[in-house]
Amino acid sequence: MKGRRVGSDMNTGTGTGTDGDVMATTAAETDPQVSYHLHIDGVLRPVTNAWLSESLLGVLRDQLGVMSVKDACEQGRCGSCSVLMDGRLVAGCTVLAADAAGAQITTVAGLGTGGPARAVRAAFLAHGAVQCGFCTPGFVVAVTDLLARRPGADEDEIREALAGNICRCTGYGRIIAAIRSVQNARG
Amino acid sequence: MTNSRSPGDQALTAQAAAAQAAAAQTLTDQGVGRSVPRPDGAAKIDGTFPYAGDLFLPGMLHARTLRSPHPRARIRRIDTAAARRIPGVAAVVTAADVPGRATYGLIVADQPVFAADVVRYQGEPVAAVAARDARTAARALAAIDVDYEPLPPVTDPEWIVDAGADADPLHPDGNIFREIHLRHGDPDTRGEVEVSDSYVVGMQDQAFLGCEAALAVPAADGGVDMRVATQWLHSDREQVAACLGIPEHRVRLTLAGVGGAFGGREDITLQIHGALLARVTGQPVRIRYDRVESFLGHPHRHPARLWFRHTASRGGQLVSVHARVIMDGGAYASSSPAVLTNAVTHAAGPYRVCHVVVDGWVVRTNNPPCGAMRGFGVPQVAFGHEAQMDRLADALGMDPVELRRRNALEPGDVLPTGQIVAAPMPSREAIATVAARPLPPPVSQRTPVTSLPGGRLAGSDPSRIRRGVGYALAYKNLLFSEGFDDSATARVRLELGRDGTPRVVVHSACAEVGQGFVTIAGQIARTELGVDQVLLAPADTTIGSAGSTSASRQTWMSGGAVRAAAVTVAAKLLARVAGRLGLPADVVAQPRRVLTLVGGEIVASEAGVRMSVADALVADGPVEAVEVFRHRRTQPLGPDGQGDIHVAFAVAAHRAVVDVDVDLGLVRVVSMALAQDVGMVLNPMALRGQVEGGTAQGLGLALMEELVVEGGVVRNPTFHDYVLPTTADVPALDFVALTYPQPGAPYGVKGVGEAPTCSATPAVVAAVRAAIGRDLRRVPIRPDDLIGPERMVGPERMVGP
Repeated sequence: MKGRRVGSDMNTGTGTGTDGDVMATTAAETDPQVSYHLHIDGVLRPVTNAWLSESLLGVLRDQLGVMSVKDACEQGRCGSCSVLMDGRLVAGCTVLAADAAGAQITTVAGLGTGGPARAVRAAFLAHGAVQCGFCTPGFVVAVTDLLARRPGADEDEIREALAGNICRCTGYGRIIAAIRSVQNARG
Repeated sequence: MTNSRSPGDQALTAQAAAAQAAAAQTLTDQGVGRSVPRPDGAAKIDGTFPYAGDLFLPGMLHARTLRSPHPRARIRRIDTAAARRIPGVAAVVTAADVPGRATYGLIVADQPVFAADVVRYQGEPVAAVAARDARTAARALAAIDVDYEPLPPVTDPEWIVDAGADADPLHPDGNIFREIHLRHGDPDTRGEVEVSDSYVVGMQDQAFLGCEAALAVPAADGGVDMRVATQWLHSDREQVAACLGIPEHRVRLTLAGVGGAFGGREDITLQIHGALLARVTGQPVRIRYDRVESFLGHPHRHPARLWFRHTASRGGQLVSVHARVIMDGGAYASSSPAVLTNAVTHAAGPYRVCHVVVDGWVVRTNNPPCGAMRGFGVPQVAFGHEAQMDRLADALGMDPVELRRRNALEPGDVLPTGQIVAAPMPSREAIATVAARPLPPPVSQRTPVTSLPGGRLAGSDPSRIRRGVGYALAYKNLLFSEGFDDSATARVRLELGRDGTPRVVVHSACAEVGQGFVTIAGQIARTELGVDQVLLAPADTTIGSAGSTSASRQTWMSGGAVRAAAVTVAAKLLARVAGRLGLPADVVAQPRRVLTLVGGEIVASEAGVRMSVADALVADGPVEAVEVFRHRRTQPLGPDGQGDIHVAFAVAAHRAVVDVDVDLGLVRVVSMALAQDVGMVLNPMALRGQVEGGTAQGLGLALMEELVVEGGVVRNPTFHDYVLPTTADVPALDFVALTYPQPGAPYGVKGVGEAPTCSATPAVVAAVRAAIGRDLRRVPIRPDDLIGPERMVGPERMVGP
């Protein structure tokens, strides 16, 4: 990510628009307001006057109203804000939103209505993998990503791969059952 | 739905019979006893389900709370002038702005809405701000100047007990929330074999994922409309109204989407602050916490210091249990008095023992307030009594399962409270069942590293792994105890939808927090009324209280209310049909003698009557009933801690198998088996979800979860530092449901969420003990407890008599 996308797209209003030369002395300058675009689920969404320090999670929720991306820890520890960034699983709270300009961001809504995402959704419902549901969209993103990359993952691998997503309600039993059912149905 | 037919149509054709059977099949599929999926499941999966923190109104203000950095301090002065001058700040409120009662609380109102002259814990609210955005609100908080005079915090609950009346009161109500001295049998009788020790339980947090949030909207009548994530709407309303100084009917609460609770939302947190700011500003106010504020803002599980002395005959019969229980309630009462009752009355565990002495205290300190969390006082003592049972088995040279089996409670036994154990109480069966489950294969050189403690990251050497197996048996009271007049209300309405098909609308104030009441309510309505389509009206305060979503009580209590209302609706409908058919008056009065409601039809076989529910509704409109469900009355706790105080119990046994890396101090729970007394099962899938989740939280307390408080200051209020169990930590659960109908409960159900939390912790610790041969008198177990120098329990003193 490395801030490669910040710059040309950015309008700080302070003349310090390029990567790495934000030499500010006031609060407003250390955290200038910037405008850019985000590709969310295939749609280009303008972001206007966001604070440079804002996370992808914060901009998605507070600026763009994408509420399926959940905020539970804002430290990258719980996975509730799991999204794909150019196809790679990230915690939205640990990505600078401005860094995501130009990348393809995929939320649970952008996973598609067919293929593994559909099967994962159906299995989560049918197997009782949802209780309070706060972790669920993040889990669906992470599980869909895992099954796309490692469709034949064994249970140990599944458990290790999903250890970045916290669920406080289910004890994970029904989540694992849902994943195994998707694997079994797909042979 | 089968077609309607005229009353005179005697013959039931084969085709109609088949159709009726098919309809009944469909209905049964969604009724009680089936693994019906959640009605809110699809919305939760696709992320469209609105949680409290997602709520938004155009023009709403954003509120934040200023909290004390000191665990104990005098407030000399609060200057909010600079904060008020910041552009975009709509209001700053402090204790001086609370128009009604200055304090609130679940049981006693001892907690200030805002600290006025003294703060008693780190994180205590001092002021709140509403501003045009959250960032401006945060700036305003920073601009509030509070002049604190820090005082030395009192953080040792044993010191409070020891000092008694000599200690300066930390609060006008005093320092002891409650003490109970239970005496049963002869205090001097002892068995020949004796074991005693002290135990410490750390502070666990509920750590629900969706942080506290509410949206408060001022109303024209001077009241406030509020959407909030809570466990108990009517308790919130009562406290908000009292502190705002307005009648309860002007405070209208609606449940917003709740991201988990586990006890942590039973108390007021931000409700009063948000409502007050909405009234002061005249604008909608959204108030919400981030994770750090959530950790500081709600009460936790009580830390406890325990001492036990168990004695038994040489043959392995328990003779006496003596215990001391000291619980740290923190700065304010919350539900501390009720938590202590549970801890004291469950201190001997689900065992038959004639001579019991338990002295219990729950005290005020300058630590964070503690209150309800899944298990409610029982997990603490279960950790202690189960450690003692293993000790006793060692001393007797007896198998720990056999010792438990031999002493396990049975119906007709007498509890330490004098209460007689009612059926069902399958505690023997529970422990015997888990002991008989197949064991996982042992660790070998071929075991993949992903199956070893720490997984791939640790790279454990299989030769340095020690396997251990541990057992625990625990029981937990169900519903509210001590004579509390507990009730739940529900309204059921049978009506025609726009498409002309009948549907049921269920209305209740029961807080759905993830446990699945919304599913169960629909199943009950379908079973009782034979109608497929069930809608749930939003839970709110326009109907009577459902009580709290806690104490394993909602399936029983609100489920009971829904069933009762549905039964009344069915009776009204049948009476109406009987009247319309011109049946005799005695039949109209007692229509069930002749008419039945089955498969969406009203049938009187003898009279040859068949009528669809739809037809019955078309003529005379909807049928509605409101019912209030009550459980059997219990007694208050009498002298010497005696009385018939608990409604009922659920018993659970766990077997844990662990691997411990003796070099790295890492534990992996390899397998867990659970046998639990669950009553009759309304939804097998939801039941599994509850017991698996409850097991995981107990495992968390055993191995990793602790809110570390030093000198009254919380050291780890983040998910980075408060460690929660993940998929890599919680093994698959081998679960056996013991199903015996519970008298007095709808369909013979039992609450199921709490019992497994109580037994999971001691089972895991027992397994770790068995693996490494250390006593492990403290939870959570830390790596240092496993591989560091052996020592006594923590830095704390023992709590022997």
